[in-house]
Amino acid sequence: MRYLPLTEADRQSMLAATRTASVNDLFRDVPEAARLSGPIGGLPNHMGELEVERHLGAMAAKNLAAGSVPSFLGAGAYRHHVPATVDHMVQRGEFLTAYTPYQPEVSQGTLQVLFEFQTQVSLLTGMDVANASMYDGATACAEAVIMANRVTRRKKAVLSGGLHPHYRDTTTTDARFIGFDAVALPADPTGIEDLAAQVDDKTSCVVVQNPSVFGQIRDYSDLAKLCQAKGALLIVVVTEALSLGLLTPPGEMGADIVAAEGQSFGNALNFGGPYVGLFAVKDKYVRQMPGRLCGETLDADGRRGFVLTLSTREQHIRREKATSNICTNAGLCALAFSIHVSLLGEAGITQLAQLNHAKAVQLADKLAAVPGVEIVNDGFFNEFTVKLPKSATAVVEALAERRILGGVPVSRLYPGAMDDLLLVAVTETNTESDMDAFATALAEVLS
Amino acid sequence: MSMNSQGRPSAIPTAAIPAAGVADAVTGTFTGNRGLQIEEPLIFEQDAAGRCGVDLPDAPKVASRLGGVKPRAKVGLPGLAEPQVVRHYTRLSQKNYAIDSGLYPLGSCTMKHNPRLNEKMARLPGFADVHPLQPVSTVQGALELMDSLAHWLKTLTGMAAVTLAPAAGAHGEMCGIMAIRSAHEAKGDTARTKILVPESAHGTNPATAAACGYAVESIPATADGRVDLDALKAKLGPDVAGLMLTNPNTCGLFERDIIAIGEAVHAAGAYFYCDGANFNAIVGRVRPADLGVDAMHINLHKTFSTPHGGGGPGSGPVVFSEALAPYVPVPYVTHGASGFDLVENAGDGPAFGRMKAFHGQMGMFTRALSYMLSHGADGLWQASGDAVLNANYVMARLEDVMTASFEGPCMHECLFDDRFLKGTGVTTLDIAKALIDEGFHPMTMYFPLVVHGALLIEPTETESKASLDQFIDALRALAERAKGGDVAYFQGAPRLTPRRRLDETAAARKPILRWTPPVGAEALAAE
Repeated sequence: MRYLPLTEADRQSMLAATRTASVNDLFRDVPEAARLSGPIGGLPNHMGELEVERHLGAMAAKNLAAGSVPSFLGAGAYRHHVPATVDHMVQRGEFLTAYTPYQPEVSQGTLQVLFEFQTQVSLLTGMDVANASMYDGATACAEAVIMANRVTRRKKAVLSGGLHPHYRDTTTTDARFIGFDAVALPADPTGIEDLAAQVDDKTSCVVVQNPSVFGQIRDYSDLAKLCQAKGALLIVVVTEALSLGLLTPPGEMGADIVAAEGQSFGNALNFGGPYVGLFAVKDKYVRQMPGRLCGETLDADGRRGFVLTLSTREQHIRREKATSNICTNAGLCALAFSIHVSLLGEAGITQLAQLNHAKAVQLADKLAAVPGVEIVNDGFFNEFTVKLPKSATAVVEALAERRILGGVPVSRLYPGAMDDLLLVAVTETNTESDMDAFATALAEVLS
Repeated sequence: MSMNSQGRPSAIPTAAIPAAGVADAVTGTFTGNRGLQIEEPLIFEQDAAGRCGVDLPDAPKVASRLGGVKPRAKVGLPGLAEPQVVRHYTRLSQKNYAIDSGLYPLGSCTMKHNPRLNEKMARLPGFADVHPLQPVSTVQGALELMDSLAHWLKTLTGMAAVTLAPAAGAHGEMCGIMAIRSAHEAKGDTARTKILVPESAHGTNPATAAACGYAVESIPATADGRVDLDALKAKLGPDVAGLMLTNPNTCGLFERDIIAIGEAVHAAGAYFYCDGANFNAIVGRVRPADLGVDAMHINLHKTFSTPHGGGGPGSGPVVFSEALAPYVPVPYVTHGASGFDLVENAGDGPAFGRMKAFHGQMGMFTRALSYMLSHGADGLWQASGDAVLNANYVMARLEDVMTASFEGPCMHECLFDDRFLKGTGVTTLDIAKALIDEGFHPMTMYFPLVVHGALLIEPTETESKASLDQFIDALRALAERAKGGDVAYFQGAPRLTPRRRLDETAAARKPILRWTPPVGAEALAAE
């Protein structure tokens, strides 16, 4: 077996050193009835690399890779071009095969990356400070609500109807088991809901998403002021992190916590995971944050270095009194995010965001010209909602048969509802001819 | 200028910047570099306005449609060209120890070889470039992969059901405890307010139970490092929802009484949650179902070699017994009439809802299945056998110079405490730091909490005997050196690393958690 270096001679001499007759003897503390007598049944024996490649390659070939056809899916996962440098650097063994940086003397690489990541997230969100990442945007959102409950000592979260249903459901699952109220407003495709009316003296936080799951952009500055006046926190969720390159950041609107999905930078679609949750707060809440934090310090020679810090919030120190049970961050995905953002820099991120928006405007105009199609949003970044004269689910299936991935039917996210609505996302990867093909095919399918 | 969180800007201490032509006090070189160890500033300190590491086309000229929201003025990111970015991350990577560079004996963390085949498979466009919300008809291979992984996990554990949804081990624990609560609630039993957790448990266990609203009660260990069965029985009652037990436990020992433990838990109407962090010790040899387990998470990054990546991403599927099988989160894969299907919404059934966006850590599933297929049933049998043999070999060769906490055999890891350092003035931490100078990553220190000054060593099955011997010889020499009274040597360690003993107290007292522009930088830029 290619991954196992011990030879049979090694095993015999090592068994002798342990004064044991056989490897099976080392398992003697396992109750005999529970010990298998040989390799487990019902599973194949080992395979060489080539066989594994054939086996998994056959499975992969049964999927339609988004990049092989014109693809316009978003709804929280976006297909952006990832520069070759990103994946090359991520696969350096020193990053790929290191553990959590508990021994800072031999982990300065990972630690400096995390410090830089925290800074990048703070800058992008316009917030004071960010942690070293969460599992994904949805769990970041749920943890933000739990943190707001802790900070305000209140137990009612108000969830906007523009919040991605997966984020809403992740939060309501926690609400049920942890024990707080999560009041979810009805789906709000156009961004007209009155959140202010929902805030009372029991409200710990209001959770909004910008752009919303329907793509709608709003300015939440007034809501932030209202929350502050009522003693509630404003949590702003962002599922398309690239939008932060163009739009007024949540920090400038007065957000207390930003919970975001960072997949758009550096990370492939991967059928939904692993992704990277971003979590940023105002200064005053630093010690209430969940998750890992990296901080700057000095070493014994007075040189700048980095360590994991404020770990007295965390489960390995505080056990049942921890701010969260979270133990990992999204290390490699955060690294990929960070490298991509470094490559883009100030000029690149602005240009890429503008490019995405401009292409979305172009596609919106092309689709609006298709008879029976209506654009629902008045303001959007790179994703918008389209109203169709037919079932969006059926339209998307028909488009897939024409080898076009034509967006996400809203009813996929809201079962049994709004099947006339379709979410359409556009990125720099979509060419003009992709867009024309989409508009033409849509016209055919609808005719 | 924006100050950072606690009002102190990030800065290179002036003492650490060698003046031109003057040798650095620490390294003796003019640059502060030391051969292959090259000092690397923060990426923010390498900025030049307008420089960019990507080339993009100009945006089409259209009127923006931002719904009246203003575009932002600036973000504040630095500009670097691609070669600078490559060099930055290459230099940073060289400051990390990694399993690729050497033995990484972190107990309870399972730093085993990460096969590159797994990386290659996860990057096949048919897996990596698939959107989670594509029509199900276009992702049949992805669902087949999830179904195959589920089959392997159920077969290896003997359990009735599995959810792939949880994003990490601790997330899986949360899922398991949610399932236990759902099952009690389904029976109308709401009187169970406690979860029992042995004192040797990972910190995530009590944190998870508490997060789910349970009171946590600690179970003491016996003198031989196992759960005290009598103490457990005394605490079991109609107010106990479940037991969370790691097996093999964090002392590296198999819980000999595990079947009696499970029976006692079930007799009290409670459920048995097993923390599967150490499943790698028994995978392919022992099925947790045969031990009476009701739920167990499996860290794919431990047992099935997906990369730890400096702290994630993880993946924490949870297997369930028949009793808990209905109480799973969404989504899950089913076998439909026209192929695989995906149930994404809980509806009115017993499934309890969603734990994260989309369908779980697909990229980790591919890597784990690649590892499973590579090993097969015969390879897994050998892998867990070698893991246990390696740990026992390390223990046997060190127990005359260090103090093993409990009698063997151990499983995949061996536990020592600091009695062998008594009176030397050298601590567990000092041994760890001295080990770094010898070219090894330290073992897990000060965990588990049940012994004093713990040193928990997990070599894994992917170390050769030569590698173990070198590590053992280094540790033996350090133990002798400590006993010889050379305290100053230990307290000065490590000496050969890019940084030496960092001040963690100062870091926590006045946290600096981000870079901020140096004082006056914005004014200068405006001139």
